[in-house]
Amino acid sequence: MGDSWAGALLEVRGVRVGKGGVRLLHGVDAVAEPHSWTAVVGPNGAGKTTLLRCIAGLQRHTGAVLLDGRPVMSLSARERAQEIGYAPQVPVLPEAVTVAEYVLLGRTPYRPLLVGPRREDRRVVADALERLDLTSLAGRTLRTLSGGERQRAVLARALAQQPRTLLLDEPTASLDLGHAQTVLELVDGLRRETGLTVVTTLHDLVLAAQYADQLVLLGAGRVAAAGRPQDVLTAETLAQHYGARAEVIADATGVRVHPLRPNLIRGLQ
Amino acid sequence: MTVLDGDRRRRTVAVAAAAALLVGAVLLAVGVGAVRLAPGRVVATLLDQTGLHVGTPLDGVQAEILMQLRLPRVLLVALVGGVLAVAGATYQGVFRNPLADPYLLGAAAGAGLGATLVIAYSPHHTGPISTVPAAAFVGALAGVGLAYLLGTLAGRAGGGGAGTLLLAGIAVTSFLAAVQTFVQQAHADDLLTVYSWLLGQLGDASWSQLGLVLPYAGVAVAVLLGSMRALDVLAVGDEEAATLGLRPQRVRFVVIVAASLATAAAVAVSGLIGFVGLVVPHIVRRLAGGSYRTVVPVSLLGGAAFLVIADLVARTVVAPGELPIGVVTAFVGAPFFAALLRTGGASS
Repeated sequence: MGDSWAGALLEVRGVRVGKGGVRLLHGVDAVAEPHSWTAVVGPNGAGKTTLLRCIAGLQRHTGAVLLDGRPVMSLSARERAQEIGYAPQVPVLPEAVTVAEYVLLGRTPYRPLLVGPRREDRRVVADALERLDLTSLAGRTLRTLSGGERQRAVLARALAQQPRTLLLDEPTASLDLGHAQTVLELVDGLRRETGLTVVTTLHDLVLAAQYADQLVLLGAGRVAAAGRPQDVLTAETLAQHYGARAEVIADATGVRVHPLRPNLIRGLQ
Repeated sequence: MTVLDGDRRRRTVAVAAAAALLVGAVLLAVGVGAVRLAPGRVVATLLDQTGLHVGTPLDGVQAEILMQLRLPRVLLVALVGGVLAVAGATYQGVFRNPLADPYLLGAAAGAGLGATLVIAYSPHHTGPISTVPAAAFVGALAGVGLAYLLGTLAGRAGGGGAGTLLLAGIAVTSFLAAVQTFVQQAHADDLLTVYSWLLGQLGDASWSQLGLVLPYAGVAVAVLLGSMRALDVLAVGDEEAATLGLRPQRVRFVVIVAASLATAAAVAVSGLIGFVGLVVPHIVRRLAGGSYRTVVPVSLLGGAAFLVIADLVARTVVAPGELPIGVVTAFVGAPFFAALLRTGGASS
């Protein structure tokens, strides 16, 4: 990992996406400050994954995504891969490949494809494995890993790209609470150590509020609210955008969301 | 990084073992036939050609048999086997499909149709300069080209990538095979010729045939060997590969062109030999691991050895007659693969 204080300024300006006649994003504007953690939240189908994919350069869109002022789409695929590490919600894991070789794939943007890994590549891979506590698993094939270990392997691969921006699509989706916390703590630790700018989609609002500096709430392809967790997560926004009944308590320990059961008796009247 | 070093060491061992197997198979195969040639003297003769004078080389008729009959045939078989296996391995890589083989995108159907058309309609398909190989070569390339075109056009409309190409290949294969069947039933007396060509025949192998195939095969194999690392990256899917800086469509295009060129050249001289391109890469994966940096070179060497042995069996099991080599590969390949499936082990 770079010893320098990494972290790009990420700007999303007026991003629109239409697919098959359906508009998925209607002019999204957002800013992620360097070294910050932005959590994109919202109900299912709001466009969270689409937005992340636009930033990663995987989704055609109008509008601009800027990294330190440079349009992401103006970079070559290789340059983009050196700037942005992306972990999709459901990564494809080749079963028979070892963890070390899989993480080595993260070095692809740094070396010509006809040449084997050099010392620098090995060092970065070893470092990424260590940060994610995978050194003892380095020789195991991906097939033999648990869900949490696989998630860490995917993160290690993204880290091996030495990006300045990390995009994670639902990094805790298939994990139990304990593993989810482990992964998020790891990401936060990395952010503090290396200065990465982190953008995640998270469907768990409480976890999002605990880890992110900034929440961007998407509703039906638009930014409904953006700002500090306690400002974005209110009973009103939850009712309006999630159709959920909840009580939100913000205090010194953070923001807590307490779902309230609908009044059963009212349904019987 | 010790784990990566360990991987590399294992890879080197696998390649060396496959190379040794190939050399052994070739020496065995050139010695076997109506006239037995002692391996020691065979080696001496071969070294003699390079200027090293060790031991007693063969002389007279035996030397002629070795140099003019056995050696070119065995080398041609090795080349065809290696090419088909490496084309199959790289096709499996770019389509991320373990059932892919070099004939996938219409190469077999195109070659078959080309050969059938010439056999049925051209009066010159027999004789010293047969046009069948050329027709098969062109047909194979045309089949793949058609599938690629169809797949790319369909991809623009919606969806795209490997899956669409696969479907296009199936469509083209079905269509060309139907045309071939139509022509065949209209020229029933040519059926036998067509069928025997399809099953694979290397009876008239010669240095000139080897010389014809080698340029195409050589260039294509070099390109495919160069694509190994890209195939490892592609294994995580088009999208993730793109985020790693790769251009999946471009890699797929290059691999398809190279693999098809090599396959077409092989098919032109040998007919349609099945199983090699499908089974050998899987055997390699089970025995040596799933990384394409291993699978590609070891499939090349292993496929060559495999076909040399298959040809040896084809020449000896019903001696003095010869079984079509495609029959042998099916008999050998299928049970071997089934056995591997049962025992598990590293798989793709």
